[in-house]
Amino acid sequence: MNQQKHRAYWRANTSLIRNLLIVWALVSLVFSILLVQPLNTIRFFGVPLGFWMAQQGSIIIFVVLIFVYAFQMDKLDRKHNIKDE
Amino acid sequence: MSVELWTIVIVGLSFLIYLYIGWQSRVEDSKGFFVADQDIPSIANGAATAADWMSAASFISMAGLISFLGYDGSIYLMGWTGGYVLLALLLAPYLRKFGKYTVPDFVGDRYYSNVARLVAVVAAIFVSLTYVAGQMRGVGIVFSRFLQVDINTGVIIGMVIVGFFAILGGMKGITWTQVAQYLILIVAYLIPAIAIALLLTGNPIPQFAFTFSDIADKLNQVQVDLGFKEYTQAFANKPMIDVLFITIALMVGTAGLPHVIVRFYTVPDVRSARYSAGWALLFIAILYTTAPALSMFAKYNLIQSLHNQKIEEVRQLDWVNKWEKTKLLAFEDKNQDGRFQLTPKKETNEITIDKDIIVLATPEIAKLAPWVIALVAAGGLAAALSTASGLLLVISSSIAHDVYYRIVNPQASESKRLFVGRLMVGLSLVLAGYFGVNPPGFVGEVVAFAFGLAASSFFPVIFLGIFDKRTNSTGAIAGMLVGLIFTIIYIVGVKFAGMPAWFFNVSPEGIGTLGMVINLVVTWVVSRFTAPPPAEIQALVENLRTPDLPEITPMNRV
Repeated sequence: MNQQKHRAYWRANTSLIRNLLIVWALVSLVFSILLVQPLNTIRFFGVPLGFWMAQQGSIIIFVVLIFVYAFQMDKLDRKHNIKDE
Repeated sequence: MSVELWTIVIVGLSFLIYLYIGWQSRVEDSKGFFVADQDIPSIANGAATAADWMSAASFISMAGLISFLGYDGSIYLMGWTGGYVLLALLLAPYLRKFGKYTVPDFVGDRYYSNVARLVAVVAAIFVSLTYVAGQMRGVGIVFSRFLQVDINTGVIIGMVIVGFFAILGGMKGITWTQVAQYLILIVAYLIPAIAIALLLTGNPIPQFAFTFSDIADKLNQVQVDLGFKEYTQAFANKPMIDVLFITIALMVGTAGLPHVIVRFYTVPDVRSARYSAGWALLFIAILYTTAPALSMFAKYNLIQSLHNQKIEEVRQLDWVNKWEKTKLLAFEDKNQDGRFQLTPKKETNEITIDKDIIVLATPEIAKLAPWVIALVAAGGLAAALSTASGLLLVISSSIAHDVYYRIVNPQASESKRLFVGRLMVGLSLVLAGYFGVNPPGFVGEVVAFAFGLAASSFFPVIFLGIFDKRTNSTGAIAGMLVGLIFTIIYIVGVKFAGMPAWFFNVSPEGIGTLGMVINLVVTWVVSRFTAPPPAEIQALVENLRTPDLPEITPMNRV
C-alpha cells in the first residue's frame, strides 16, 4: 500500500473512532452524569430515564459501539483492500 | 442432600474441569506460555477476557455496593464497562498488530528504551500485586463460608488449583480454563437473579423486570418512608464531580490494566482483536446489566422481610440465622419494641447488613434449592480464580520476559525462557498466597487504586504511542513518572496521612483521572521540546496503524 492510500485509511479510521467516542461520552458522561437530574424527570417505563441510562442504557450502547467499530473497520479494510497479515 | 454436601460436589466438579483443561493445554514453548500461540478464536478470547476481568469483587461485592449506593453505584457499572470502548477503539487492534508478549514490551520497544520498559514493569507488577492479594483473600472467604474450612486453608487450596493450570499451561492453560470459568460464573449469577426477579415481578428476565416493573417506585417510596434518600436519586452519596472523576478513572484504568490488555495478544490477527473486544464486553454486560436489577430487587426484598417485622418472625427465617452467625448480618433491638427497624441514623438503626451478603444470600432468601446455593459458591470461586490466574501471568511475564529475557539475558534459550516463566508464576503465586493469608490491612482500599494507577501510568503512553508519532522516550518516561507519583501521593496522602482532598474534594478513587491528564500533558509537552523519535520508530508506528504490513521489530537499543 502506498503512502497516500495509507494516509486515507488512517484518516478514515481516526474519524470513525472520533465519532464513536463522541457517542460514548454523550451517553455515559453527559446523559448519565452531567444531565442525569433533568433526565430523571422523564420516565422510561418504570424508572427515571437518567437512572436507567446510567445503570443499563449506557452499558448496552457500549456493546453496540464496539461491534459497530468492528463492522465498519471490516468495510474499510475491504475498501482499501487490506488483508489481515 | 445438604447445602454443604452439594457445595463440595459442585465446587469439586468445577475444579476437576479446570485441572483437566490445564493438563490438556500444557505448553512446550514460550510463545504458547506467554501468548497462547496466538491462536485463540475471538469468541473464546472474549469469554476468557470477561472471566479474567470479573473478579471476586464484581461477582460478590458489586451488586451489594450498588444496593447501598443506588444511582451512585453507577460509577462501577459505567466505569468498568465504558473502558472496553476505549480499549477496543484505541488500544487493542494496534497492540495486537505489535504482536509481542506484554505491555512493558510495547512500551520498551515503542520508546526504544529499557528505562521506559522498567518503569512499565514496575507499574505492571505493582498494579497486579495489589489486585491479586484481594483475589486470594476472596477465594479464602468463599471457601470458609461454604466449606467450613478456615480462610487460610481455603487460600492454599486456591493456590494449588491456580498453580496447576498456570504453571503447566501458562497463558494457554489460563485462557481455556477462563472460558470454563466464565460459563460457570455467569450461570451461577443468573439463576438467583432470575429467581428473585420472578418472585418479585413475575418477569423472569432481570433486565426487563428492572425497567418494566414498579419495584423502582416502590423502593423509592419505602426508602423515603424510612428516612433515606430515593434509590434512583442522583448524587445522594457523592457529589457530581466525584462521580464524574471516579467513573472516568475506572474507565481509563480498565483500558490500561495489563492483565486485560495482554488478552488481546492471544488472538490470531487484528480483525479478531476488534471482535474479541466486542465479545468480551457483551459477555461482561450480561452480568453487568443483571447486577443493578439484582441490587434493586434484593434491597427491596431485604427491607420488606426485615424492617419492622416481629423479632420472633425474623428469627424463624433460616437464612437470617445462618448469616447472623457470620456476623455479616446483625440485629439489636435498641428501643425494645420487639421489632427491628432500619433507619439512616446510627443511634436508632437496628439492622446492620454487610454489602457482601447481597449476592451470596439471594438464593437462600429466594428459597432456591441447595444446589443453586452451591453453584453460587462455585461461581464466586471461578471469578476469583480466573482473575488471580490472569494477574499472576502478568507478574511472571513482566519478570521472565521483560526483565530476564529482554534485559538480563537476551541470548536465553527457548527452554530456559520457559523455565524462568514457570518459576516466576510459582514465585508470584507464593507471594499472592502470602498476602491472602496475611492480608495487608489496606487491601480492600487499594484495589480501587489499581485503576487509578493504571489510568495514570499506562493508558496515556500507549495511546500517544499509537496516535502521536512525535511522542518520544523522554516524554513517555517523564509522563509516566509524573502521573504515577502524583496519583500515589494524592491517594496515600488522603487515605493514610490525613491530607485534605484538595482537588475539588475529589476522592482518592477518582484522582487517577487527573493523574492521566497530567501524564498526557507532560508526555506531549516534553516530547515537543526534545528530539523526535528515530526514523525506525516512526516506521514502527506507521506499521502498527496498517493491519496488512508484515510485523517489524525495531532494533533493541540498550
